[in-house]
Amino acid sequence: MATESTATPALDSKQNVDIVDLISRFAPLIFLLLLILVMSILEPGFRSERNLFNVMRQISFIGIMAVGATFVILTAGIDLSVGSILAFAGIVGASAAKGTRGLLEGGVTDPGGIRVLYAFLAAIGVGLAIGLLQGGLIGKLGIPAFIVTLGGLGAWRGATLLWSDGQPISSFSDAFKFWGQGSIGPVPVPVVVFLLFVLIGHIVLKYTQYGRWIYAVGGNMEAARLSGLNTTALIVSVYVISGLCAGLAGFLLTSRLNSAEQVAGQGYELNAIAAVVIGGTSLFGGQGGVIGTFIGAVLIGVLNNSLVILNVSPYFQPIVVGAIIVLSVYLDQLAKQRAR
Amino acid sequence: MTTETNAPPGPALLRMAGISKQFPGVKALDRVTLEVRPGECLALVGENGAGKSTLMKVLSGVYQPDEGEILLSGQPVTLHNPRQAQDLGVSIIYQEFNLMPNLTVAENIFVGREPNRGGFVRRAEMTHQARLLLDQLGVTLPPNAVVRDLSVAEQQMVEIAKALSYDARIVIMDEPTSALTDTEVTALLEIVRGLTARGLGVIFITHRLDEVFAIADRVTVLRDGQNAGDLDIAEATPERIVRMMVGRELGDLFQKEAPAHAPDAPYVLEVRGLSRAGSRTDPSAIVLDDVNLGVRAGEIVGLAGLVGSGRTEVARAIFGADGFDRGQILIDGVPVAIKSPRDAIARGIGLAPEDRKAQALVLNLAVRENITLASLGSLVRFGFVMLEAERRRAEEFVRVLRVRTPSLEQKVVNLSGGNQQKVVIAKWLALKPRVLIVDEPTRGIDIGAKAEVHSLLHELAEQGVAILVVSSELPEVLGVSDRILVMRQGRIAGELSRTEATQEAIMTLATGIDHARRAA
Repeated sequence: MATESTATPALDSKQNVDIVDLISRFAPLIFLLLLILVMSILEPGFRSERNLFNVMRQISFIGIMAVGATFVILTAGIDLSVGSILAFAGIVGASAAKGTRGLLEGGVTDPGGIRVLYAFLAAIGVGLAIGLLQGGLIGKLGIPAFIVTLGGLGAWRGATLLWSDGQPISSFSDAFKFWGQGSIGPVPVPVVVFLLFVLIGHIVLKYTQYGRWIYAVGGNMEAARLSGLNTTALIVSVYVISGLCAGLAGFLLTSRLNSAEQVAGQGYELNAIAAVVIGGTSLFGGQGGVIGTFIGAVLIGVLNNSLVILNVSPYFQPIVVGAIIVLSVYLDQLAKQRAR
Repeated sequence: MTTETNAPPGPALLRMAGISKQFPGVKALDRVTLEVRPGECLALVGENGAGKSTLMKVLSGVYQPDEGEILLSGQPVTLHNPRQAQDLGVSIIYQEFNLMPNLTVAENIFVGREPNRGGFVRRAEMTHQARLLLDQLGVTLPPNAVVRDLSVAEQQMVEIAKALSYDARIVIMDEPTSALTDTEVTALLEIVRGLTARGLGVIFITHRLDEVFAIADRVTVLRDGQNAGDLDIAEATPERIVRMMVGRELGDLFQKEAPAHAPDAPYVLEVRGLSRAGSRTDPSAIVLDDVNLGVRAGEIVGLAGLVGSGRTEVARAIFGADGFDRGQILIDGVPVAIKSPRDAIARGIGLAPEDRKAQALVLNLAVRENITLASLGSLVRFGFVMLEAERRRAEEFVRVLRVRTPSLEQKVVNLSGGNQQKVVIAKWLALKPRVLIVDEPTRGIDIGAKAEVHSLLHELAEQGVAILVVSSELPEVLGVSDRILVMRQGRIAGELSRTEATQEAIMTLATGIDHARRAA
């Protein structure tokens, strides 16, 4: 059938739309670069290598969790429990490192550094197990993610308090502290881990079959199911990834602070989600990526640091971050409306 | 079929003259003129993308035209927003209804304008007024029924009542029949006649030419954003309208060719005793009752029946999208367990579901990604998608199926309905299926694209694919099928060979009523 003569006008408008689309997509990056530029001029101390790596280290814990949160949000889900998972994984890891609470007893000193591995595995294991449990409740039983992880937010914080009767676990071996406090060359270890996770997350999402599936499930769950995808397993998997990231962040933060605190990671879940959303990943799923999340996380970090350097009350930080979240989502919507 | 038109002289009820509308990069409307006289039903036809919707959005105040004028009863008006258009008596009923499913009929009709005293809604008054409006339409809907519980046709009546409640002088209906059964269409056309008899003007947008001849006094045809013709129904023929729409002859819309299979070849797909009880709204309902059917390689079997007769449910059960209580599915005579779409796909079965956008496409992904979604496994090495091979596969199907898209990277949301449907079919062809089930393959797509989809199904049959076509459109079922199965109330009510099949014969089986005898 020859319908070639029929024009398809709706398609021609693409080029014009791209400009608005482009601006909104790069708004966080442009804002970040501007902020860095302005701060570099206002305050030479900001530019110092030490300060910049400091900023990066501060946001690396939230950043790692934000990488996991990107997977969750791409499927139109949400994970509110990561801050509490971080604390619980951190304190279980700390016990493994110290050999307390009946966990691998007897290693007050840690000559070979083998206990670091125990702690690492314990923290990761806690994250994975919780992720699997929550993912199962969400994916298999169909309980809304918001509810399950809101429950987790309370429950794992409670578990953290129970674990050591409300006492922090502190003072670790040097080998243990290396992971939070040490550096590889000039780069702090948590920053290296964060960058590694961003890279892996980006490659997985953009170049693997699994990544494609995540976008398909988030874009249209029913179409994905009717295309033969195992949507249940995919939903479970993103919460496992999120749990894993939170567990690892718990291990690193414990090492960084040389202490597993009960209040560790409190409120981190919202900052992680903020980084994802500022980075342009849609809360409705199917659109976005880890590079955006990286920019979102760095933006939050630089903003925070700038306010401190400029002697603005740190209490302003959440206000500014809140405003930026709303603004970035608004910009995104504006671009979509124009694209209509 | 047509009522004699005696349009009174004097100013037209509505005159749109020289309307142009430019969108970035495209002229959607180019000096379009349209006129509606009092008491007249004007059919507005044209292929998708011809500008019908844009023109109606201009008329209902959603878009402002770049040039041209709108005259209501001879008075020039400027319509800044939908509210203003409504106040001036222009009401539009969109294809997708604007109803709140959790509210009642009366609440929907008067939403935002509830009769009230000091902020408190006067329920009795509202119910009373709603009933008056519904009575005018001759429909017996309880005003206190919750909209969610109504059928699509009943919801449409609510929309019409709502339009009338604004004292509409002009009612625009955008493809009002696309989701209705034939009986419901008849009822709707009767209501439209009632509206025009009261002097209202109706603009009726449709893809179905039989409806144009059943209801319209005049036809205005748009093509590529321009007027392509304006005919009194007396001088119109389907061929003339189609020629105006596409700008060329289409020939026979459905090609009948000899079936591409041996008449007694074994079934590739066979279904035995498929039964299922319980729908979402009524757990005791019998959805499928002992359904038996078979499809041979190279055969196209049509599955006809009224909406709700179980056609879609059969398709979904075979594909593993919904479960079933009893019955067997056999591939090449061997019983297979199909518990999920994944199982079905592993057996070589594909399903293009009835709702393209909600069930088949990931709208925000590119054409390339949608085409390879189901067959991605064969394009993967060590978990990584081989992008170059993927691109080649997508390119091949875009070419073979003549998908009109500026690039493989275009998001499918930006494609026309016909091209979206081709992407859905491409997705399954990429898997080289043995059985392809297509549910409403041409719903809401224009005539040219319909013919392309139909010839595509024929080509596939010739290549040996067993095809099951579910459709509400009788001409489509009659045109593409080698054999037709008709469903009624969850059962196969009968089978018609190509030579036996007529619209009458199908409707007789589908309704259980012999139309010919009743008419006699």
